[in-house]
Amino acid sequence: MSVHDVTITAEIAARRRISSAAALAALVGLLSLISLGIGPVRLSPVTVIEALFGGGSDVAQTIVREIRLPRTILALAIGAILGLSGAALQGLLRNPLASPSLFGAPQSAAFGAVLVIALGLADVRSYALPVAAIIAAFGSVFALLAIAGRNAGLLILILAGLAISSLAGAATALAMNLSSNPFVVLEIAFWLLGSLEDRSFQHVALALPFIAAGAIVLFSQRHAFRALSLGEETAQSLGVDVGRLRLFVIAGVALGVGGAVAVTGTIGFIGLVAPHLMRPLIGHDPARLLVPSALAGSALLLAADIAVRIIPSTSDIKVGVLTSIIGVPFFLYLIMRERRALGGGVA
Amino acid sequence: MTFLVTRDLSVTLGSRRVLHDIALALPPRHMVALVGPNGAGKTTLLRALAGLLPADGAVEVGGDVLSSLSLRERARRFAYLPQGHMVHWPLPARDIVALGRYPHGATDPARLPARDAEAVRRAMQAVDVVELGDRRVTELSGGERGRIALARVLAVEAPVILADEPTAALDPRYQIDVIKGLRAAADTGVLVVVVTHDLGLAARFSDSVLVLKEGRLVSQGSPAEALSERVLTEVFRISAYRAEYQREAVIVPWSESR
Repeated sequence: MSVHDVTITAEIAARRRISSAAALAALVGLLSLISLGIGPVRLSPVTVIEALFGGGSDVAQTIVREIRLPRTILALAIGAILGLSGAALQGLLRNPLASPSLFGAPQSAAFGAVLVIALGLADVRSYALPVAAIIAAFGSVFALLAIAGRNAGLLILILAGLAISSLAGAATALAMNLSSNPFVVLEIAFWLLGSLEDRSFQHVALALPFIAAGAIVLFSQRHAFRALSLGEETAQSLGVDVGRLRLFVIAGVALGVGGAVAVTGTIGFIGLVAPHLMRPLIGHDPARLLVPSALAGSALLLAADIAVRIIPSTSDIKVGVLTSIIGVPFFLYLIMRERRALGGGVA
Repeated sequence: MTFLVTRDLSVTLGSRRVLHDIALALPPRHMVALVGPNGAGKTTLLRALAGLLPADGAVEVGGDVLSSLSLRERARRFAYLPQGHMVHWPLPARDIVALGRYPHGATDPARLPARDAEAVRRAMQAVDVVELGDRRVTELSGGERGRIALARVLAVEAPVILADEPTAALDPRYQIDVIKGLRAAADTGVLVVVVTHDLGLAARFSDSVLVLKEGRLVSQGSPAEALSERVLTEVFRISAYRAEYQREAVIVPWSESR
């Protein structure tokens, strides 16, 4: 094979990546339209598009633009940042089982938010909430990486993540336990079951700036993830400041996850699943996986949020519950696949 | 003429001093073998030279003090080949080689500027891995992976190459391929420092040998001088068969010394 042929093969791979990303973007667009059309009043995609751009009936306009659009925007943005965070953590740790939810980041963010509510420091629509959630998420991911150390294996990361999730869960339970106000307890229960119901543009304004900032931080580090494929030491020898990169990734994940949790509560496993769905299509390059994983995260959360509105049930199913019910078996499947790497399996 | 100079280079890891006052003055266009028993501090010295761990004392490269250079400038001066040739994701081999251009700002292998693409091509041709470019590195044999790792290091086109046991776990043919690849780089003007346990390869291919023992430089010079019978006995606790073949030094570790 000549040098020329090699270049051509690389071009074919690049073209395939671009068409996969375009198809994904189209899927996300379609799911957004469906998400805007689904609810007590069902609207066709055509009606939705009309209403979105100021046509159609006043009722349809109100339903689409004021009631459903914030929910859809949040599903889109939060799904994207969760997918991106998962891909970034997997790139940083060179580990396909890394994800915000396995590391206890959403659980810790929820605790941060719960603490603010339980102490009566702020109501559920103030900026104190995302700020507290971001600080707690930053603390949890920072602690996890400090405990696991450099070049940590799968097992250590997962065990440390389990410990941190448990701690965050216990702390949240304690806050509920100590709270004498039943309304506060009810509100706290909300953080534990992630949901996108009845969100307004106020919520969008609360979460979106942080999510966008997190996404920019994570995306700006993309090429360093590729260098990290060779290990931290070699990446350092190539000019990557690994210590600074870690801080950037922790900050990016905390901003994104904290911002998201502050308005929806914990929605888990999107960050774990999205990059895995993309690898067969895009390849394993951790830099090129970021954007497709974000798109896949959006598609997954939009689909899950559509599903909870379609599945017939006596009371509302929370979308966070659904993503966990689908995500945990997927996680178990991944453990089975990776058990050789996890150390001493029979695989 | 010297290119790489160290003065009083010491490294302390935790509370243990691993390297003591290493003084080196190495010329360009030169291949140096760094040998010593396990735990002598060879890898630590290599890392300290590359600026990958904090060290006391001074390292000067091409007239500049190492600590005054930015991370990226260091990366352009020192190409570092670690042990094991670990790659964590199944990336195409060509993309791995292209990472050698990362220090030059060419961070995306899909969009390499012409100059960088040319450097990648040269490096892959030099170690004869052009046809492996599209294969996933994780699917390559150990020998092929070793050569891809070498191509990545050559692609940096740095004035200094630091290679940590590049021939470990390779079959004899690949050992010779890899060491000759490094030798060829030295012949084009690069200073190559190779850590190895293979005294035979060290004696045959290097211009000079540095012997480390317990973090101290105990012997240096031409292979025959630096690896004298006395040094082999005192440092390695072995005796060796010594000869000359095709005008090159032959050293074969033979038995434990009394």
